Amino acid sequence: MLLKRKWSVIWIAIVLVALVAFTSGCKKKAPPPPPPPPPVQAAPAPPPAPAPDIAEFSAEPSTIERGQSSTLKWSVSNATEVTIDHGVGTVQPNGTKSVFPSETTTYALRATGAGGTMNKTATVTVTAPPPPPPPPSAPKASLSERISSLQDAFYDYDKSDIREDARAALTRDAEALKSIIQEFSSAVITVEGHCDERGSAEYNLGLGDRRATSAKDFLVQLGVPADRLKTISYGKERPVCTESNEECWQRNRRAHFSAGQ
Amino acid sequence: MNKKSWFTATFFLFFGIIAFVWAQEGSVVIKIVGSQRPAIAVPDLRGSGAAQNFMEAFNDTLYRDLLNSGLFEMRPKGMYPLQVPQRPEEFRQPPRPGASLGGMALSDWSSPPVQANFLTTGYTAEQNGQIVLYGWLFDVGQPDIANAQVVGKRYFGTLDEAGARKVAHEFAADILAHWGAASLYGTKIYFVSDRTGHKEIWSMDPDGSNQKQLTSFKSISIMPAVSPDGSKIAFTSFARGNPAIFILSTETGRRLSFYNQVASLNATPDFTPDGKQLLYASSASGYAQIYVANLDGSGLKRISSSRAIEVEPKVNPKTGNDIVFVSGRTGPQQIFRMNFDGTGVERLTNGEGEASNPSWNPDGQHIAFSWTRGYATGNFNLFLMDVATRQYDQLTHSEGRNENPSWAPDGRHLVFMSTRSGSHQIYTMLADGTQVHQLTTSGRNQTPVWGK
Repeated sequence: MLLKRKWSVIWIAIVLVALVAFTSGCKKKAPPPPPPPPPVQAAPAPPPAPAPDIAEFSAEPSTIERGQSSTLKWSVSNATEVTIDHGVGTVQPNGTKSVFPSETTTYALRATGAGGTMNKTATVTVTAPPPPPPPPSAPKASLSERISSLQDAFYDYDKSDIREDARAALTRDAEALKSIIQEFSSAVITVEGHCDERGSAEYNLGLGDRRATSAKDFLVQLGVPADRLKTISYGKERPVCTESNEECWQRNRRAHFSAGQ
Repeated sequence: MNKKSWFTATFFLFFGIIAFVWAQEGSVVIKIVGSQRPAIAVPDLRGSGAAQNFMEAFNDTLYRDLLNSGLFEMRPKGMYPLQVPQRPEEFRQPPRPGASLGGMALSDWSSPPVQANFLTTGYTAEQNGQIVLYGWLFDVGQPDIANAQVVGKRYFGTLDEAGARKVAHEFAADILAHWGAASLYGTKIYFVSDRTGHKEIWSMDPDGSNQKQLTSFKSISIMPAVSPDGSKIAFTSFARGNPAIFILSTETGRRLSFYNQVASLNATPDFTPDGKQLLYASSASGYAQIYVANLDGSGLKRISSSRAIEVEPKVNPKTGNDIVFVSGRTGPQQIFRMNFDGTGVERLTNGEGEASNPSWNPDGQHIAFSWTRGYATGNFNLFLMDVATRQYDQLTHSEGRNENPSWAPDGRHLVFMSTRSGSHQIYTMLADGTQVHQLTTSGRNQTPVWGK
C-alpha cells in the first residue's frame, strides 16, 4: 500500500514535468525519454491546435485598366485548405495567380485549418479603359486586290496626253482611289508609266515618266491627294505582252496602278 | 540655145549628178575607214619544239586581228608560195628581175598571184619555259631586204594557248600602229544581259570571250556608260525603286556614291571626256532634261531647257563642248546638238522617222546613231553622220532592229545590238558595215558600250 502511493506520487511528478516541458516548446533540450506509461492511466488532453495564419494576401498592382491583369499573392500557414473566391478555387498555401477582373473585385481568401478558419481580402480596382477603337471596317478586299481593280489609262504612240477613253477610266479610278485611301490610311499608290517596244529604250524611260505624271496630275485634279500618289516609269522594261502588233502595243502604252513601295 | 551650150549644160548636169551621188553615198564611211587598203600576206608561221602545239591559236589570232582591223586587203592564203622565209637573212635576191625563188624573194610576194604590199613572217620557239615570237613585217615592194623591214621584234608569253594568243595580239598591235591604228586588244565591252533572269551589267573582251557579270541587283540595271580611262561605269538601275544613276569601279567592283537629285527619273548617264563629270537626264523639272554633275552627284546644273523629253547626252570627246542628245522637242525623237551651256541647239537629223542612241567617234567629227528613216516605226538601222556637214551613210539595212552603236577606242569599229538572229544579241563590225561578228548568244543582250 505504501509502495503503491509512493509510485503514484512519482507519476504525478513526471507528468507535471512533461507538461511543463511540452508547453515551453521544443527548443529546449529533449528530456530523457519517460518510462512507458501505466496502461490504466488516462492520456492527458492534447494541446489545442493553433489557428491558421494568413501572413500575406495581396493584389499587385491593385489598380488596373480593364483588360489588364493583376497578380494575387498569398502566404498561409497552419491551414489544411486554402480557397479564393471569384472562380480561383482551392490553392496551395503559398502561391501567386494572375487574374483579369473586368470590374473592381474584392477577392476573399479563406484558410481553414484544425485551429479554425481565417479570412482576408484583397481588392483589385478596375478603371475604365480608353475609348475603344472603331470596329474594324472588315474590308471586302485587300489593298492589292482593290488596286488591281483600277483601270489602266491608255495612250497614243509617243504621246502622254489623256485621251477620251483614258479620261473616263481615270475618272472612275479617282473615285475608287479616294475610297481606297480612306480605307487604307497609310496606303501610297504608285502610278506606273509604260511604253510599247518600238521607240528607243532610253527615250521611252522619259515617255513612261510623262505618262505616269499626266495620269497623276489628272487624278489630283479630281481630288485624289497628291501625296498619296507616286510615279515611276518602266519605259519598255516591263511589257504585259511581247507580240509585235498594234493590239499588244496598245496594251503596253498605259498608266497602271500598283501598291506603293 | 545653140548646140555647144546644150552640150555644156548636159555635161555639167551629168557630172553634177555623179558628184551629188558620190557625196551622198559612202563618203562618211570612206572618211572613217579609208578606201585605199594595202594588200597583206599573212602566211602561217611555225614553232620549234613545244611552241608548235600552240601555233594554230597563234596563226588564227594574228590573221583575225589584221582582218578585223579593216586596214588591209587580206591576200588569200591559197595563193602563197610554198616556202616562207622565217628570218630576214633567209631572203635571197632573185638572179634576174622577175625570177621566182619559190617564196624566198621579196618579189615572190609582190608579184602575181600574191600581189601583196606587205608580208608578215617569223617563227616561235620555246625558250626558258616561255613562248618567244620573232615577228617581222616586210614591205615587199622594196628592192632589197635591208630596206624592207617595217617591224622586227621579239614577244614573250606563257607556253600555252593563252600565251600564243597574247604574243599574236601584241605583234598585230605593232603592225596596226605602223598605220596609226589602235589595237583593240585589252579593250572591254560593257553590256546588259538578262541571262540570269534579271537585267544586269556584264563585261567581255572585244572578241566575245571572258564574259563576266558585274552587278547582281536582281532588279533592272541598264544603259551602261564607261569612263574615258575605263576605270568606272555608270548606269541606270531600278535597284532602289525609281530609276536612278549608279556608278561602279571596274577595278574593285565596288559601288561609288552618287547623289541622285529628287526626281521620278534619273537616267542615261555619260562621262565627260575629262572623266570628272557626268551628264544625265532627269525628270526633276517635270520632263526628262539634260543635267551635268560631278562624279559624286554634287555641283548639279541643268543644261537643256524645253518642255520635251530629252535623254542620252553625249559630250564631244575632242572639244569637250558639243553635246549631242535625243529630244522630242520637234515631234518624234531626233538627234540634236547644243553647247555645254545649253545654247546653240540645232537638230542634226532631218525630222524623218525616229533617231536615237548617238555615239561620238573619237575623232569628234562623226557620230554613229540609230534611225528608222525609210522604215516602219521601231525598225532602227545604224547610220553614220558627219556632224559638221550632216551628211550621213546607212550601215545596216533592216536585218532586224539595229540599235545602240558604240565606237571602239580605235574609231574604226562599232559594237551594237541587233535582233537579226531572232533575239537581242551583241555584234561588232567595221564602220563600213563589213566584218560582222556576233559576240553573245545566251539570254537577251543589249546596250553595249566599248571602253578602254
